[in-house]
Amino acid sequence: MRLTCPLCGPRDRREFYYSGAAVALDRPGAEAPPEAWDDHLHNRDNPAGVTQDLWYHEQGCCSWLKVTRNTVTHEILAVETVGGDSTAGGVA
Amino acid sequence: MPDLIAKPALGLPPLTHAGTTLAEAALPQITAIAPFPGQSAAVGTALGLTFPAPNCVTEAGEARLVWAGRDLAFLLGKAAPEGLPAAVTDQSDGWVALTLSGPQAVQVLARLVPLDLRDMPRGQAARTALNHLPLVLIAEGEGAFTLLTFRSMARTAWHEIGEAMEKLAARAALTP
Amino acid sequence: MRIDGKGRIDRTRPVTFTFDGRAYAGYKGDTLASALIANDVRVVGRSFKYHRPRGILTAGSEEPNALVEIVGPANQTPNTRATVQELFEGLEARSQNRWPSLRFDALEVNDLAAPFLSAGFYYKTFMWPRRFWEGVYEPLIRRAAGLGSLSGRHDAGVYEKAWAHCDLLVIGAGPAGLMAALTAARVGADVILADESSEPGGRLLSDAAEIGDQPAADWVATVLAELASLPNLRLMTRTTVTGAYDDGTFGALERVGLHRRPRPNLPRECFWRIVAKRSVLTAGALERHIAFEDNDRPGVMLASALPAYMNRYGVVPGQRVTLFGNNDGLRGVARSLMAAGVTVAAIIDPREDAPEEPGVTVHKGAQVVRARGRMGLREITVRSGGREFRLETDCLGVSGGWNPTLHLTCHLNGRPRWSDELAAFVPVEGAVPGMLVAGAANGTFSNHGCLAAGAEAARASLAALGRVAGAVDLPQAEDAPYRIAPLWAVPGKGRAWLDFANDVTVKDVGLAAQEGFRSVEHMKRYTTQGMAPDQGKTSNVAALAVLADATGQAIAQTGTTTFRPPYTPVSIAAMGAGGRGEGFAPQRFLTSDQASRDRGAPMIEAGLWYRPGYFPKPGETTWREACDREVRMVRTAVGVTDVSTLGKIDIQGPDAGRFLDFVYTNMFSTLPVGKVRYGLMLREDGHVLDDGTCARLGPDHWLMTTTTAAAGLVMRHLDFVHQAFCAAWQVRFVSVTESWAQFAVAGPLARDLVASALGHAPDLPFMGCVPVTVQGVAGRLFRISFSGEEGYELAVPTRYGEALFRDLTARAETMGGGLYGMEALNVLRIEKGFITHAEIHGRTTAFDIGMEKMISGKKDCIGKAAAARPGLLGAAREQMVGLVPLTDTVLTAGAHLFAQGVELTRDHAAGYVTSVGYSPTLHSHLALGFLQNGRARHGETVRLVDRLRGVDVLCRVSDPVFHDPKGEKLRA
Repeated sequence: MRLTCPLCGPRDRREFYYSGAAVALDRPGAEAPPEAWDDHLHNRDNPAGVTQDLWYHEQGCCSWLKVTRNTVTHEILAVETVGGDSTAGGVA
Repeated sequence: MPDLIAKPALGLPPLTHAGTTLAEAALPQITAIAPFPGQSAAVGTALGLTFPAPNCVTEAGEARLVWAGRDLAFLLGKAAPEGLPAAVTDQSDGWVALTLSGPQAVQVLARLVPLDLRDMPRGQAARTALNHLPLVLIAEGEGAFTLLTFRSMARTAWHEIGEAMEKLAARAALTP
Repeated sequence: MRIDGKGRIDRTRPVTFTFDGRAYAGYKGDTLASALIANDVRVVGRSFKYHRPRGILTAGSEEPNALVEIVGPANQTPNTRATVQELFEGLEARSQNRWPSLRFDALEVNDLAAPFLSAGFYYKTFMWPRRFWEGVYEPLIRRAAGLGSLSGRHDAGVYEKAWAHCDLLVIGAGPAGLMAALTAARVGADVILADESSEPGGRLLSDAAEIGDQPAADWVATVLAELASLPNLRLMTRTTVTGAYDDGTFGALERVGLHRRPRPNLPRECFWRIVAKRSVLTAGALERHIAFEDNDRPGVMLASALPAYMNRYGVVPGQRVTLFGNNDGLRGVARSLMAAGVTVAAIIDPREDAPEEPGVTVHKGAQVVRARGRMGLREITVRSGGREFRLETDCLGVSGGWNPTLHLTCHLNGRPRWSDELAAFVPVEGAVPGMLVAGAANGTFSNHGCLAAGAEAARASLAALGRVAGAVDLPQAEDAPYRIAPLWAVPGKGRAWLDFANDVTVKDVGLAAQEGFRSVEHMKRYTTQGMAPDQGKTSNVAALAVLADATGQAIAQTGTTTFRPPYTPVSIAAMGAGGRGEGFAPQRFLTSDQASRDRGAPMIEAGLWYRPGYFPKPGETTWREACDREVRMVRTAVGVTDVSTLGKIDIQGPDAGRFLDFVYTNMFSTLPVGKVRYGLMLREDGHVLDDGTCARLGPDHWLMTTTTAAAGLVMRHLDFVHQAFCAAWQVRFVSVTESWAQFAVAGPLARDLVASALGHAPDLPFMGCVPVTVQGVAGRLFRISFSGEEGYELAVPTRYGEALFRDLTARAETMGGGLYGMEALNVLRIEKGFITHAEIHGRTTAFDIGMEKMISGKKDCIGKAAAARPGLLGAAREQMVGLVPLTDTVLTAGAHLFAQGVELTRDHAAGYVTSVGYSPTLHSHLALGFLQNGRARHGETVRLVDRLRGVDVLCRVSDPVFHDPKGEKLRA
């Protein structure tokens, strides 16, 4: 498997650390009800098809990446940096 | 002059197999420069160097700015001025610098690095892995490379590169 | 038997080798199989289950029979295919699965007992009595089963792993592959051409075909010469592409040294990971057998193997050859053999309309029904037009048709399509993204068709990469149509073999169907067809055709089993190359490493780091003596230890304080410059992630420390929190773990030692930090303690680490102190109730360790919301406690805690032990653990039980801080 890191380019999956569903990005506010936190922390879909998950380019640029991929065909549909495009000097 | 004795990571003599040489560079001067959001250009201007794009190295005279990751570059061969709009840390002691050069350097690294290094010109760099070790790889051109890895792992790096060199040398010595 | 003037072997270079201890002669260029044939060795192995004598069936890697052990000075390799193993001087090969000898094998009685050993025999027979399974049946079966044997020693051979990258990977260098590589390489594409054999050319080296106006082998040589002149083409011979993986990654196994005498540092094999933008599969096709009674007799071979042995190696396996097959390909085989002077007695062709062949008797509408000759074929029985007759023959070449080698197209879940016209499965388009299939692998069997398809596949592949390949002139080549009438099994009563490697017969497949195993996947598992090292390459399709017949379904509906990687066996040693001994994992060494080893310290692995366990003194015979002494030394004088392994993260920027407030439970932005604070970090789910100290070095400059174990984890966590939730903040952080060597100095004399090293007294309050100059070197001094004594940590740039360590050691020793190791460090922190990852093991909350008050109410932080949820707080939680045994007993981590008087069952367990040690300070064994409602139970007596290690002792529950509970010493 290979992922195209938006910063580093195409890389072997050995450079990446996998970290579960991209739901982790949608952090409820501090005052959110317990149900929202329960969903955020514990409830995950297990789709046969398109899914979004998080990968960390640990042996690379250390970007966290949101990967959109198809669990059936293994097609990688998109790879985006979680923290925005830093190539132009980071988020202003 | 400090009273404490400075030690290199390895202190080993160069290793040569089949015309390809692995050597420990002198204790490097490395400053990690992480520009604050939106400050890359300003950092470059202050340093007299363009802040490098991913996988790139910019140079001016002795000084080089090596892209080393997200929002991060290593300044080599020059001290960083005060007051940069960036987080600045001295990394000189954190890394061992190895040089690998010679006709088999690319093939040696093909045993350990998951990247295509065949046509990597001077001016390019990569954050990647040397087998399981973290690696900042700097292309010096003409099949020569500078390899930065964690200083505590220097012996493992030397061992793994040396083994790859030995195996390739044994292959090269074969007759049909 | 060797034939003069034939073959590509080097007759000027004779080679001697041994097989089962007997010396034989061959030539450079032989395989072990061809050399055995040259020496008229017919029986080369015994079959898996029935121990039937078996000979060589094929000339390729699909061989099911001729598996041998290769014995080298440093290793013993079982199940080596004699058809792949090349000969070298001194090669030592042994047959397998026979005792006492290949000619006489005691277990051949299995063959007589065959009526009782049919498919499913094990499942049906070894069920009762139940207790016999472990003691009797399993050991017996294990002894009788299996093919080769292992040496029982470590394989000391050298192996290699490597990466390769290319535009186009061409898999197989037969006519289609050579043409594809040539077409692409001529226009400068970066091409890898991988071929399994020692010599590229595929069947062009085996058949007597012509390409253009020259013998095919000459055309191959011309193409190879051109390819060799193109620097953008890499030819990888002896390299089998074994697997297709996602996104253009392929696995391939190269035989580097297996065909040579071992030499130092030369890898035996290299496992390649090839990354290709596009690929062309031109792996050819595999011939298949036809099942008839005793069709496994030595001397019965696949027809295509005969010209292969003759044209490549100059050997023929018999003097009077007969051929049996259902397709036109046999005519070429007959012509090729006869041209070399070999007698072809007859062609037996089941087709009524089979074509004639000049010079050979063709029996049309005929079938071979039986073979005779246990240790070597003597005669066959032919049925023709309702009558049977016998033919004397010592070699029968059989062709049941051809199966395209489409295995790689199935590795990403592709399913092949059945072609009635070819009576074979053919690959479907797009089964592997970026891969095209051409030539025989795609069901195109003529040489002309292969050349044209190879060129076209290369053109299409380059077009997909945006490159244009020029027109390539196709040389003239044979273009005969492929005509076949399916025949899988000849009807008859005797045992007819499908899978030679696993001894599966036509009857076994029929029995499987009869007993309800009617799906091809069930049949495979019930009969074990296709599950041997050859993975059924010569038998799969015939077996499922027989199953289709038995179940009354069409083959297309019956389907195939799934081909998975690897295509041919890959040794674990090759896949794990470099991972033995030192190569198993990176080793991280402290600057103090040599100094510690000089003092005889045994090193303990802490993650990847190596840390000293203890520093033995003369006269000390156990680690405990050293550990107790070191603990007393720290409590009464001063000790020095290397703590550089702790993670150190440099954090800078105007928003750094705000960032720390977000990742730590407690408040950091209010910490004054020059002060250190202990911090607790949670995961978002409310459990403890890590703990450590964080120092404020300047208004916008902080230094976080992490535990050794969690340094990488914390860095990853900080990166996530930063990039996911606050990427725009003015904060940056970078690991400086490697940049600083840091030494803890602890004990009542710690201040004196630091003063001596610095040249002045360190005027630093508890939890203070200050820049210092240590003997001319700029460093940092922290007043923190993990021992409960007055403690300092002195940090200098790593290059000075060894010198400072030796300096501090010498100074400590003049003061009655010295070095302490991990064992003493652990006891010191247990005495103080300080936690490590033994306690914060992923299931503990801030509440559990008594730190819930550290979750600041004034701000949000990671994990705050979840930490407050029901279930993570309250009396039902197991809370950290200290445990002191009522009798002098060694305690064990992992022991369970029970209330007194309850039955020792799981549902009564009330907690567990995480850390143990002997405290020379308190003269008692101590433990830290977690106990339900533990904080309310101080003073109670509980039962500590470790059934694995036989510990059962009553303990008093106490506060986890055993020593100096008020912390007067560290603040002194």
